[in-house]
Parts: sequence; C-alpha cells; structure tokens
Amino acid sequence: MSEKIVEMKGITKKFPNILANDHIDLQLRKGEVCALLGENGAGKSTLMKILYGLYHADEGQILIRGQAVNIDSPKDAIASGIGMVHQHFALDDKLTAVENLILGTKQARILLDMKGAKKEVIDLSKKFGLEVDPDSKVYQLSEGMKQRIEILKTLLRGAQILIFDEPTAVLTPLETRDLFKTIRALVSQGHAIVFISHHLEEVLSISDRIVVLRNGKVVGEKRAEETNEAELAQMMVGREIEEVSRLKGRKAAQPVLEISGLCALNDKKLEAVRNVSLSVRKGEIVSVAGVSGNGQKELTEVILGMRKATSGKVVINGKDVTNKPTKTIIQQKLGCIAEDRIGWGLLMDRPIAENLILGLHRSSKLSTKTPVANFLKTQEIKQYTQQLLTRFDIRGTDVDAPVKLLSGGNLQKIILARVLSQEPEILLASQPTRGLDVGATEYVHKLLLELRDKGIGVLLVSEDLEEILTLSDTIAVMFRGEIVGTLSAESATSEQLGLMMAGIKQPEGTKQ
Amino acid sequence: MLRRALLPVRALVATFLVGAIPVMAAGANPLTAYYLMAAGSLGDMIAITEVFVRAAPLMMTGLAIAVAFRAKFWNIGAEGQLYAGAILGTLVAVNFPELPFWIHIPFMIVAGMIGGALCALPGILKIKLKVGDVVTTLMLNFIMVILTSYLVQNVLKDPFTRWPQSPPITESATYPILIPFTRFHLGIVVALFFALVVGYGLIEYTALGYEIKAIGSNEIASRLAGINPTTLTIKTAIISGSFAGLAGIGEVAGIRHHLIATLSPVPIGYGLTGVVIAVMSGLSPLWVVVVAFLFSIIINGSQTMSRLTGVPIFLGEIFQGLALGFSLLFLFLDQYRIRRVR
Repeated sequence: MSEKIVEMKGITKKFPNILANDHIDLQLRKGEVCALLGENGAGKSTLMKILYGLYHADEGQILIRGQAVNIDSPKDAIASGIGMVHQHFALDDKLTAVENLILGTKQARILLDMKGAKKEVIDLSKKFGLEVDPDSKVYQLSEGMKQRIEILKTLLRGAQILIFDEPTAVLTPLETRDLFKTIRALVSQGHAIVFISHHLEEVLSISDRIVVLRNGKVVGEKRAEETNEAELAQMMVGREIEEVSRLKGRKAAQPVLEISGLCALNDKKLEAVRNVSLSVRKGEIVSVAGVSGNGQKELTEVILGMRKATSGKVVINGKDVTNKPTKTIIQQKLGCIAEDRIGWGLLMDRPIAENLILGLHRSSKLSTKTPVANFLKTQEIKQYTQQLLTRFDIRGTDVDAPVKLLSGGNLQKIILARVLSQEPEILLASQPTRGLDVGATEYVHKLLLELRDKGIGVLLVSEDLEEILTLSDTIAVMFRGEIVGTLSAESATSEQLGLMMAGIKQPEGTKQ
Repeated sequence: MLRRALLPVRALVATFLVGAIPVMAAGANPLTAYYLMAAGSLGDMIAITEVFVRAAPLMMTGLAIAVAFRAKFWNIGAEGQLYAGAILGTLVAVNFPELPFWIHIPFMIVAGMIGGALCALPGILKIKLKVGDVVTTLMLNFIMVILTSYLVQNVLKDPFTRWPQSPPITESATYPILIPFTRFHLGIVVALFFALVVGYGLIEYTALGYEIKAIGSNEIASRLAGINPTTLTIKTAIISGSFAGLAGIGEVAGIRHHLIATLSPVPIGYGLTGVVIAVMSGLSPLWVVVVAFLFSIIINGSQTMSRLTGVPIFLGEIFQGLALGFSLLFLFLDQYRIRRVR
C-alpha cells in the first residue's frame, strides 16, 4: 500500500441550518482515484472546499504527507500541492489558453515569458493527454477544452492532489472518455485524485476506492471492484431505488406537437437544424437522443419561438406557431423545462413565491383585475406557494430568501412545480435530470411518466441513454442537425442508439 | 432587510466622516460646518418646508430611475424627461385660463407625464436596434435642456418681460401653497402620493410591477413565462418617464410659475441626482423617499453652511458624490462576509 498523502480527521462543518460535514474521516493515497459519492447536499463539495481552503472547518484536522497543516485559503492549498478543478470554470473568455494558464504564476511577473510558458504548457499537455491549442481564445473552446485548461492550471501550479468537482457534468460522452484517460495518466505518475460525482456508472469505472456520503456523514467505503451500482445507490439514498416501469399498449392518439421539415441556423449562422420532422401524440413520450451540440438546443429554441426557423413548420394543437412570439406559443399550453435551469428557468435573486407564480401571475386565481391595475392577491399567492412546496417536497430554508441559496435538486423542483401547475398539454423537457442526484432523478422520471399517463405529450431531449430507454415510447436520434433515425423504444438497444448518435446510420427497418 | 435598511445610514456616516477632510481643507471646523448644515436645513419651520420643496423633485426622479432599473432598463435620462414634462405641462398651464383649477391641474399633470414618457421612449430602441439605452437616454438630457433653452428664448418667450422664460402660467394651473408664507405647495403632496402609493403599490402589489422585477431578474425566463419583453420595456419606459415628467411639473407649477431653462439647478441636475438616490435606496420606492429627504437636507444645508463658513458651495456636490461612492461600495461589500484569519 502506497503512502497516505492526505488525511482528513474528524472534519465538521456547520452551516446556519445544516450540519454539512459531521466528523468525516478521509484518506487519500498516492496514485489512487478516490471517489466521493453522494446525493446533492450530502456534503461532498463542502468537504473538498475545506481541503482546498475555500471553507474553514469548525472541527477536525488535515494532514498532508503526515504533517498537520492549516489551510486557510486556496493559496495555502496550492502551496501544499492541492489543486481543484471546479464545476464552473474560472477562465477569462477573451484571453488565450496560455494567457489564462500563466495568470498569477511566475511567468507573469513583470516580464512575460510567453515562449517558455507555451513550451511548458505543450509539454505538460502531451504528457497527460490534455491537448489544447495554446493560442486559441477561451470563448472559442468547448467545455471539454476549457476543463483541460483548468486541469493544466492546477498541474502548472505543481498540484499532486487533484480534486475534480463533478467534472463530467459539462462533458459529452467522448470528452468524458478523454478525461478518464487523463485521470489514469495522472494516477500512473503518482498523483492522487478525488473525484466528486453522483453518477454511479462513472464512479465505478474510474475509481479505485469509493467513499459514500449521506447527510454529511460517511456511510460506507468500498473498493470499486467489490461493489456494484445497486449497492452504491442504496447506500447513497439509504433505501432501495424503484425502477420505473413502462406502461404498454396505449393506442395512437392525436398529435399535439408536429414539426415538419424544420431548418434553423445557430448563432454562428451555420445550419444547425436540418429538415427535422417529428410528431408527439397525446400521452406519449418522444425522445430526441443525441450528443449535445447536434442541434437539439437550436431545435428547442425554435419550438419555443426563441430562434427563427428558416423553413419548415411547427404546429401545436393544430395551430401553426412557426416563428410566432414566445408568448403566443406558450399560450398553446406548452410547458418548458429548459436545459439551462438558471439561465432560462429561474429568477435567481427573487424569492421562491415569485419563482412559482411566474406565468400564472395574471391568472384570475392569483390576481384581481381592476381598471387601475392588475393587483396580486398576496394571501392566495402565499397559500399557493405553500401548497406547491408541500406537493413537490421543495425544501427551502426561508421562503423569502432568494432561490439562489437553494440546491440544484430543489431548483429543478421549483421549475417542475411551476410548469406542471400551469397544466400544460405538451411538455418540452430538455436534459431534465442533468446534474441531479439519484433521488431527484427518480422523482423527475416518475413525474414525467405520470404526466404521460394523464395524456400529456412529452418531448424529451436528453443525452442520457438509460433515461431515454426507460422513459420513451419513441426515440428520434439527432446527429449534426438531422434526425438520423426514429425507433420505437421496445426495439431499441443502447448499442444501436450509441452508433446512431455517433452518426452511423442504421441500414434497414429502423427508419420510419 | 435590516442590512438593506442600514445601507443609506452607513453610506451617510462614511460620507460625513470622509467629507470632513475637504471641509477642513477649506479652513472650517467640520463639527461647526455640520452643525450649520443641520441648522440651515432643519433649524426653523421655513427651512423644513424648504427641505420638502427640494425633496419633491428628487423623489420623483429617484422613483423614475428606481422603477426603470428594476427592469434593467437603464434610464439615466430623468433630467431630459423632467424638462420634456415641464415643456408639455407649461403649454397646458399657460393656456386655457378659463378652466377651473380642478380640471386644469390634472390636465397639466397628465400633459407633463406624457411629455416625460415620450422622452423616455427612445430608450426602447435597445430592443429592436440594440442601441444602448444608457446612451439614448443620456443624450436626450442634453437635447431637452437645450430645446428648453431655445423655446424660452424664441417661441415661448414671455412677450411682456422679454426675459428668457415662458409667460407665467395661469392662476388655475398653479399649485396652491398649502402652508402660508412658505413655498410648501400641492406638488409636494402629489410627489409623496406618487412615490408612496403609486410607485410602491406598483412594485409590490401589481402584476405589472412583478413583471418588471421578473424581467430585471431573468429576461429569458420571463419570456418563457409569456411576458413580452418589448411591451414590458415600453410600459416601464412610459412609467419611468412620466414620473420624471411630474418632477418638471412640480418645479413649474409649484415654484417657478414659468418655464425656464434652469429648472433643475442642483449641480448635477435632479435627473442624475435621482440615479444616486435610486441606487442608494436599493431601488425600493419607500427608501427613495427617505433618501430624497436626506439629499435635500444635504443640498439645502450645504448652501447655508457655505454662506456662513466660507466653505465653497461645491461641497454639497462632494457630499453627493461621496454618498454615491459609499453606497456602491457598501452594496458591493455586502456580498461578502468578513472572516478573521487566525
């Protein structure tokens, strides 16, 4: 067994309403990948932020290479050889990769040694499979590339211990594979890795050792080869996870959403949606499967009236809504769970109630129309908020506090509560479970199935093959802006879908 | 809430502490100077009514900007809207002498509000043409001041006095004086009503006010909820501009009784002072009223102080500048929590 490089002993951290870490012990050895697994809010990130000096533990001790250390800031952490790759990157979009990398390092003192820096970057990136074009500006790079820069940043600062906070949340499946290669390379050079995640499959494939956290406590520790997904899931959630079951044998109902021959351009004025035709019937879940960036985002934007279609038609409930204002489209009983929750779905600096009534605030239930103005019914809004909080099990600390203080799962529940209480007939759900933990994902899946059973037509856009296979009735695979094939869910397999998502068309029988 | 409430107080304390330096540099004792400032603005009945007189336009421009900023409509053209309101209001006020005051005054108020609203509307070019609202509204300030100056020297020039001012407004359009032998006029009550009832009610209790807050918080989410950003920005511009227009009416109908090109005499104008007030009050209509009074005290008080101590009158400006600076600083610092490191 190799030497212990990090030892955290009895780490305790209290936040005003919650015990985020409760006497946690964690060890990390040279050359191993240790996964921290747990639901949102289990205390994984808090623990690592303590190690990285972003938070200060209320109790407990940290030993690095056997020496007790005091880590009061990221600066101290970096000096101890700890680096952290955050979920949200801290890069300057307008600078090049190298410029970002040398910010705050010795090369950026008084005189810039750009050449030397570039060489160092290239050497390092070759060594660990982290190729990046050093001269491209950051805004031109994909999320995966940006993450590589973040990893290089920690390595350039001499990190031996690397913390990855949900690194795959922003990556495509291919980029994830590359990241895992890099992690393997790092480990083989003697680096120690902490991998924070709530994706069981990933954790099993990349880590040597898995530590499971729940409610701020360590509830178990397993070697990856000794455990399986079911056991880990149970440890995380503290109970058995139910599998969703598909209802079969619904008859063909009338279509609620029909898209035909739709084309649209992306922000760079390139064709991103090409001749897409789809139809969603009442009580049916139709999935658009595909790797991110193949036109799904543009497709949903066109449906919502946030992007112009260059040709083709979108028909909702028999009404042509192509290129109509969003307001008109929404009025056709279209609900939307957007991919970008924060950017598209929430008023982050406003309280829960204001987020829940958005869109219903002019309904006669919540406001009184007078000749002077439309007055909000304060009492009714309070009651309504309470109802939804209970029904959707939204746990906020304070109803009047801005929602940005809530966790990701609760934020998604606010959006769901709002969209569903508006009683849509068609639901557009983009990546509805991305970044959610097992419990919340299960909840969302159940809800989508419930809606389908109530006769709502659901268009689900997702990259998660498992999700698509468990939920959908019909699966359309999107690649480079085109629907390359439409399958019925019973006949589809994940291998087949995987191939189609990579652009390899299926020969016969599968295309409708 | 308490922190927010403390913001203007903290900013003011810091302002007076740091403001002591220029006072001393001008050769006066800061304590004496501040005493004279308070005495000058609050020392007797007349002085107190003068604080109200000064606060009325400040709270209207402050409110105009607070409402606009809530919707992320960066209207910094309250100065121009004040003049636009004054021009249109004056046109109504110098004519129609036969109207009874209870028709004439509301008529003038509406005209002034329309004037202000029209002047704010070019700001919405930002939606379709992506022209910066800051630029359009700011530029219109200069245009409106110069237009007023042109009008009072030409078309609207008073034919009797030949001074650069409009003919006097008719008796029936003059805001009555509510406290005899002072300048405490009806416009002050109108301003308080608009700030405390209309402005506060709009933001806190109406669907429109809610939409203004929503779009200011997240435009895309609001659009997806069926709010039309174009319509809403137009509505916001109209409301904001009309509040500023009302400030112009108050000055013409309550104080000057003529249209003149120097209606807004505070060094940086009531319009830009309104920006400071709105920011310092955290864009909340109730706090706008409080801060408007504080500014009024500073402005009036520094005049007295300057007369009696020989400190230049510009000190009032320095205090306003410091107040804005400290408000912004504290707003920024409030986002962080200070922690002691060992």
